[in-house]
Amino acid sequence: MIALPVASIFTQAFLTSLVAGGLLAGVPLMFTALGEQISEASGVLNIGLEGMMLTGAYTGFVGAYYGGHDWLGYLAAIAGGMAVSVIMVVFCVRLLLDQIVVGIAITLGAEGATSVLQGAQFGQSYPRLPAASDVSIPLLDRIPIFGASLFQQPLVVYLGFALIAFTAWMLRRTRPGLNLRAAGQKPQALDAAGVSVVGTRSLAVLTTGALAGLGGGYLSIAGAGIFVPFMTQGQGYIAIVICMLARGRPVWVLIGAFIFGMSLQLATALQIAGIDISTDVINMIPFVAVILSLILFARGDYLPPALAQPYVRGAR
Amino acid sequence: MSDVATAIEDAPESVRATTPLTGFLDLVIRSVLPLLLALVAGGILIAALGHNPFGFYLDIYRGGIELSAWQDSLMRASTLTPIALGLIVVFRANIWNLGYQGQFLLSAAMVAGLGPHLERHLSATLTLIVLFFVAGITGAVWTLIPAILKAWYQTNEIITTLMMTFIGISLAAILVKGPFQDFSSNVPQTLPLNLDQLLPTIPGTRTHVGVVIAAVLVLVVHYATTRTSFGLKLQVLGANPRAAVHVGLDPKRVILTAFMCSGALVGVAAAIEILGILGYVRADYNPAYGDAVIPFVFLARLNALAVVPFILFYSVLSIGGDFAAQNSGLPVDFLLVIVGLTLLFMVFIEYLGRRREIGRSYITPGLRAGLRLRKPR
Amino acid sequence: MASDRHEQADSTAGADAPAVELIGITKVFPGVVANDDIHLAIRAGEVHCLLGENGAGKSTLMSVLSGMTQPDAGSIRVGGSDVRIDSPRSALALGVGMVYQHSTLVPALSVLENLLLGEGGGLRLDTERGEARLAEIAATLGVHVDPRARTGDLSLGEQQQVEIIKALWRGSNVLILDEPTSMLTPEGVAELQKVLVRLKEAGVALVFITHKLHEATSIGDRVTILKQGRVAGTLGENDLRSRTADDLQAEIVRIMFGEEAVGSAPVAELEGALPERRQAVRASGDVLLELAGVSASGDGISAGIEDVSLALHQGEILGVAGVDGNGQRELAEVVAGQRRATAGDVLLFGTPIGKLDVRSRQKLGLRYVTDDRLGEGIVGSLAVGLNLVLKRVGQRPFWKYGRTQRGQIEREARELVAEFDVRTPSVATRAGTLSGGNIQKVLLARELSSEPKVVVFNKPTYGLDIRTTLAVRTRIQELAADGIAALVISTDLEELLGLCDRIAVLYQGRLVGTFENGPGAAERIGELMVGSRAA
Repeated sequence: MIALPVASIFTQAFLTSLVAGGLLAGVPLMFTALGEQISEASGVLNIGLEGMMLTGAYTGFVGAYYGGHDWLGYLAAIAGGMAVSVIMVVFCVRLLLDQIVVGIAITLGAEGATSVLQGAQFGQSYPRLPAASDVSIPLLDRIPIFGASLFQQPLVVYLGFALIAFTAWMLRRTRPGLNLRAAGQKPQALDAAGVSVVGTRSLAVLTTGALAGLGGGYLSIAGAGIFVPFMTQGQGYIAIVICMLARGRPVWVLIGAFIFGMSLQLATALQIAGIDISTDVINMIPFVAVILSLILFARGDYLPPALAQPYVRGAR
Repeated sequence: MSDVATAIEDAPESVRATTPLTGFLDLVIRSVLPLLLALVAGGILIAALGHNPFGFYLDIYRGGIELSAWQDSLMRASTLTPIALGLIVVFRANIWNLGYQGQFLLSAAMVAGLGPHLERHLSATLTLIVLFFVAGITGAVWTLIPAILKAWYQTNEIITTLMMTFIGISLAAILVKGPFQDFSSNVPQTLPLNLDQLLPTIPGTRTHVGVVIAAVLVLVVHYATTRTSFGLKLQVLGANPRAAVHVGLDPKRVILTAFMCSGALVGVAAAIEILGILGYVRADYNPAYGDAVIPFVFLARLNALAVVPFILFYSVLSIGGDFAAQNSGLPVDFLLVIVGLTLLFMVFIEYLGRRREIGRSYITPGLRAGLRLRKPR
Repeated sequence: MASDRHEQADSTAGADAPAVELIGITKVFPGVVANDDIHLAIRAGEVHCLLGENGAGKSTLMSVLSGMTQPDAGSIRVGGSDVRIDSPRSALALGVGMVYQHSTLVPALSVLENLLLGEGGGLRLDTERGEARLAEIAATLGVHVDPRARTGDLSLGEQQQVEIIKALWRGSNVLILDEPTSMLTPEGVAELQKVLVRLKEAGVALVFITHKLHEATSIGDRVTILKQGRVAGTLGENDLRSRTADDLQAEIVRIMFGEEAVGSAPVAELEGALPERRQAVRASGDVLLELAGVSASGDGISAGIEDVSLALHQGEILGVAGVDGNGQRELAEVVAGQRRATAGDVLLFGTPIGKLDVRSRQKLGLRYVTDDRLGEGIVGSLAVGLNLVLKRVGQRPFWKYGRTQRGQIEREARELVAEFDVRTPSVATRAGTLSGGNIQKVLLARELSSEPKVVVFNKPTYGLDIRTTLAVRTRIQELAADGIAALVISTDLEELLGLCDRIAVLYQGRLVGTFENGPGAAERIGELMVGSRAA
């Protein structure tokens, strides 16, 4: 293999690139995985998450490009993700059809559609967005290594941190959160208590679409600055894994997103450290990391008992 | 867990009193209608994008069937069919092998990479046979990790197979850029196989014998899934995994076998493609064959015989589609939209059929999840 | 019958209008009329028992009242006015609360969370108010519940108390209890009765659904008997107060089964559908199955088993009694090979079989009739014929070199269907469409064919109609007479007392005593079932 001189790895430059870049790369994962956590808590498995994220990336980019403002882009991204999630709501939550098949359909369809739309809209060119404007938090941004990366981000990232805290509170201490968890644990109980299971799950899936769209939007607007077809490259599935490993706690989504973000970032960081490994090897790393995490951590069942099972009210 | 697709021959009597004719008609409608609807919807989208749908579809016909184009379609079908068969085998056991892309690419890389070296030492026929084995084994091996994780730890195979695909894509690229590379060319790719080392063609045509191989595989897989104990074990595991344990089947064994057979079939598909048509592989080679095949596997109710007409249809669509896309300026990814629409329409029509209870429902395992038998209270 | 017209006239004319009235309720499912023109009047401060066999229509009627199903005809009156109950929510709004037979509590949530589920109100969960209200209701009932306990960790009796509290939480004044004693110990039943008395005093109208005669006569203030979807008869307050228990039970048997049934066999036996008791087999034959210090872990809530030792002799029927959830399933699965023992040995014909898998044990003659008929017993989507040979997949003569021999399978299936009286349109019918009783017969046919030597039965008659129940129990006896050893695990103590030669008691995963069946056994077994004292 390739000799890795240990000393040269942990240079300032490498670490900053890794951590800073990792945090940057983790943000889309964070939004998307948080969204999926809400769905999965209510018992819906979104294999179509990749499609929602990709659609958000496209609509977000278009929104920011033509709207002139990043915020318009983010709004468009949310709308795009939600629009796709409506398909999930109608087919799976309301019509009780299989969640996995519809999820596959959504992802394939979204991949094709965004590619076609991109071609129709921009032809062969790939226009760029200007760099996103950051908001710094004074003092905190001076912390060495990750101060700059954590606390000098576009506003939407702080929104993400806030959402994590809000979701954690919401799940444990509010009425909607309780309904959500009941829907995923034992929908019959929720129904018997007089709350609409379908309604609860519909809201959950729409929220997921919004968040996944936002994650995709961040990817194209603040992350890459352009939209390329198929640009999510499996991050939607990584988000599902993060969600599975997070065991229902939003805080773990945050941690997981950044760990995986760093694995996505490893290529660039290593290059900066002067180590030359082929990009193909590096590209494998996040996915190998996923498999290793599943082997090591995904034992036992955290998953809600009613996951991926449509709810049909009583009767023979 | 869920109902499993059964062709008419598996269960001669319906529970409801439908005549064989209405039952058959119903089956045809449920299978063909989603496709038609998807094509119509696709046509509307094409129009919305400013192109002429009729022209587009006509181009597909021209590019896919006219003159000798039908032979290209047939050869495309011979690549797609083993993939479909591989999916049928696992889906019957309700195992989601979504890693076909990685299995395909790695097998292709192995075949394209080893081929030129082997043919220097072995005869042409022997080379071909060995390469088919290599492809099958590569595909099977690439399913091992997800298979073992599922069999022993019940790890969700959707995620693991997808991850293996991404890893496989990178690994294939490494192989092509590395030990298998043809350094005489500018673009990273493998050494081309000699023309006379490729699959022989059927006399009188330019179609390679991969078509025959695919046809034989169809018969073999069909027999295995419907008339053997192995096929029954797949069905039981797919319908009710707990019952599988209870009646003494070893789920681990069935999972492993099903997965590996699936991977092997996908590998064979790659071999047919490389040895029949391409002869070499570029580092960025990545046709999304498996993605397109999924809806047809479901439409055919996981029946190896029934899937053939669908595959033929889609082959025409994709060969002709390349041509039509060039002519119209639409990216060929558009076909993915049609694929997605087909799945959605299929799922929706199943819903309608369930509502009006038209005859017996030939719904596939995944879809039946919504119809799980309720336990008596 | 004359009496129910009388009751009807009573209800609408009187000053105290009934809390709830069901008038002419009819509900039809494909192939069966579940409810046929049923009239029912439920009064405040009374326990109205709804009595009937499984399948008589009780649960359907109650699901109409609780909003889970819509009737095809008829009307409902609450507090004198006509209403429509189209969802559980409307039922709750009208003051009708239901305690289901199968828990509707979410095990993973706390007691308080379960109680607050479905409450309207603000965004935040008002836990302080919730805890106060819980304490209040619990005091009314005379019970004590910890609001923060994880519901799944509570005993079944405690969970039922939470269910009752939940039903009262919304201010229900009509409470429907669906077979509430099916999972309770004798002590639990006594506790429940106390709670019911206090509820009556508080003016709640109670509907008590059961299939056990003695419960109806002892707990009920009024009894309505359902038979095949119709009201077959009623017993009013006067009847229940003035007549003797035997008299009442005879009357009920007459109503339910007709004149001939009375006097032809002891009433208790008919109710319990027990075959004539045979001579107890002395435990002297060869030991066919032995467990020596076997332990196994359970899943999640269930206890698993610990240090279980027993010996099963040839021709013997050994019963395992216990309240549900004390390790029954784990015991059965360890013997069958579906679960690994963490300690101890399982010996078949004297040799340890711990390493053998399910298939090998089956081949040796060890069979397992599971209680989870649909969940693991049959594959609903496969034909009856295939299900019958499902434990012999790959074996001759049904498979030769892996190839399916359809003719052979069909022949064998037809024979088994005839022998075990399985009612099915054909052997190609999907097994999942059969009724519960016939599915059980399919399971029996499968397990008892091809030379069984030792058979484990887990809750073999649970949820079955009387005729099939009798058939199953008779067959177990016939097995034993042929020299086959039977291990019968059941939560129905009466069944075990009528069937078994010896009875062991499972409590929290341990075998706490084994008794010869005979006089006095019932009380001691009952005590051990709830852990009152050691043997």
